Amino acid sequence: MATTTSHVPAQPPDSFWRRLSTFLYQRPWLILLLLLGPPLLLLGVVYLGSLITLLINSFFYLDGFTGQIVRSFSLRTYAELFTPANLEIIQRTVSMAAAVTIADSLLAFPVAYFMARFASTRAKTGLYLAVLLPLWSSYLVRVYSWKLILAQEGIVSWFFHFFGIQGVLDALLTLPRIGGTSLSVSPLGIFIVFTYTWLPYMILPIAAALERVPQSVIEASGDLGARPGTTFWRITLPLAFPGVVAGSIFSFSLTLGDFIIPGTLGNSSYYLGQAVLAHQGTSGNLPLAAAFTVIPIVVMLLYLSGAKRLGAFDAL
Amino acid sequence: MHSESQRAPWLLKLATAAVIVFLHFPAVIIILYAFTTDDRTFTFPPPGLTLQWFGVALQRSDMWEAFGLSLRVAVIATGAALILGTLAASAVHRSKFFGREAISFLVILPIALPGIVTGIALRSAMSLGNIPFSFLTIIIGHATFCVVTVYNNVIARYRRTGKSQVEASMDLGATSFQTFRFVVLPNIATALLAGGMLAFALSFDEVIVTTFTAGQQMTLPIWIFSQLTRPRQRPVTNVVAVFVLLITFIPIIIAHRLTQDTSAE
Repeated sequence: MATTTSHVPAQPPDSFWRRLSTFLYQRPWLILLLLLGPPLLLLGVVYLGSLITLLINSFFYLDGFTGQIVRSFSLRTYAELFTPANLEIIQRTVSMAAAVTIADSLLAFPVAYFMARFASTRAKTGLYLAVLLPLWSSYLVRVYSWKLILAQEGIVSWFFHFFGIQGVLDALLTLPRIGGTSLSVSPLGIFIVFTYTWLPYMILPIAAALERVPQSVIEASGDLGARPGTTFWRITLPLAFPGVVAGSIFSFSLTLGDFIIPGTLGNSSYYLGQAVLAHQGTSGNLPLAAAFTVIPIVVMLLYLSGAKRLGAFDAL
Repeated sequence: MHSESQRAPWLLKLATAAVIVFLHFPAVIIILYAFTTDDRTFTFPPPGLTLQWFGVALQRSDMWEAFGLSLRVAVIATGAALILGTLAASAVHRSKFFGREAISFLVILPIALPGIVTGIALRSAMSLGNIPFSFLTIIIGHATFCVVTVYNNVIARYRRTGKSQVEASMDLGATSFQTFRFVVLPNIATALLAGGMLAFALSFDEVIVTTFTAGQQMTLPIWIFSQLTRPRQRPVTNVVAVFVLLITFIPIIIAHRLTQDTSAE
């Protein structure tokens, strides 16, 4: 770094930039304002402002006769939201989010445990990259790929046929509520793809929580006579639990608001995200779409306050 | 490191390997299907392999238009994220002020809430303000969730480098601008590059927020999504999907390298 300073050109003492620099230096609040102003304009004014207009919109309603949105305060849209058909959508989405979260924590734990406890430094770097790549990239492409994988003529069916166990697959697909004509148009398929898609979001916080469990605590447990299994259940797992909760924030929240995955792999029964999309689009009922979106916001606020109590934010 | 002393149980190794394979399986499959000769169904194993779809894809003008739009959106959103993320990180790092904690929260919010919330919120604001869909509305949507990648990288770098170099520079008579240009910027350059790469990858294949802010405009992910419901030459979609995969993979690997190098120093 010392070498870079030698490039600094000599400046006359009263140059414009020097005077401006001094002027600003004497007014730290002005610097703060200049630094914070632009990001706050986007995130504080435009983004938070938009969230507020979302709330406002949910109290407007669509006039059934004219098809126009009436911009005056009313609870009519919320009454429409809590009709049995819409409640079923909400219930379907929330139970899917819960199922996906449980499946993700079960799948993520071994990987995170291996990464944090056993992997060499090199292997750890590789594993982190292997988990980060699907987290940051090409979400849509990977969902689309699942359509090919789960299709009736795709590789999963081929696999079952190859081993002569297509009966198992057929039996799964005839199950009420989760089955369908093929994996690519069934709730089971949606569940698989949701679980797949949010898995990296679960692995990383659990690994981070496990990394923070001090080796000395594990050793102390062993010294005091606990067997490895006991140490795992009584020491490691409780200490890693905040990481599981932190990961579940993502898997739960992202499932609630997604419409791409059920749109790609689902049948005709809607999930919350699809309902929002349909209401703001073709039917032009933006107020109802907004009211629908309030549900995941409320569910997540409740979830976050619970997660905070369990110490999840220290694990993020 | 404690890890060398113990060997992992084979069952744990197996489970880890299985999950890692699971995570990358779809990418392999989509690459395979870009070469299939079957243009109506998704038959596995593919009846034959061909390169023809790459040529067909390159000649589709609708694909190129969508690609161009996505590229422009990603570049401008990344630029906005670089500027805004650096500004916010600098403010939080250099001074203590009321609501400082809230800034980190506010920056993370657009990525922690489901994309549909950001999407429908912006859509509501546009409806209320009678703002028509435009290139700018897409950019605003993308910028909100891209800021976090730059912010996180830059603030992590700031924490590692401390404030002594900046103070030394000012003590030696440099102006704030010179200090930023010759001391701060070289220090955070790789963090900016890493954050920018992640922002680019996030923006380039974003589809949920874009759906609500694009109107009739088609970005590449929206183009792919529309091909799902109205398929025309299915393998072409597979080829385009492979392009998107590569365009988003490469920046992430570079970003990973960049952050890895500096933490190893």
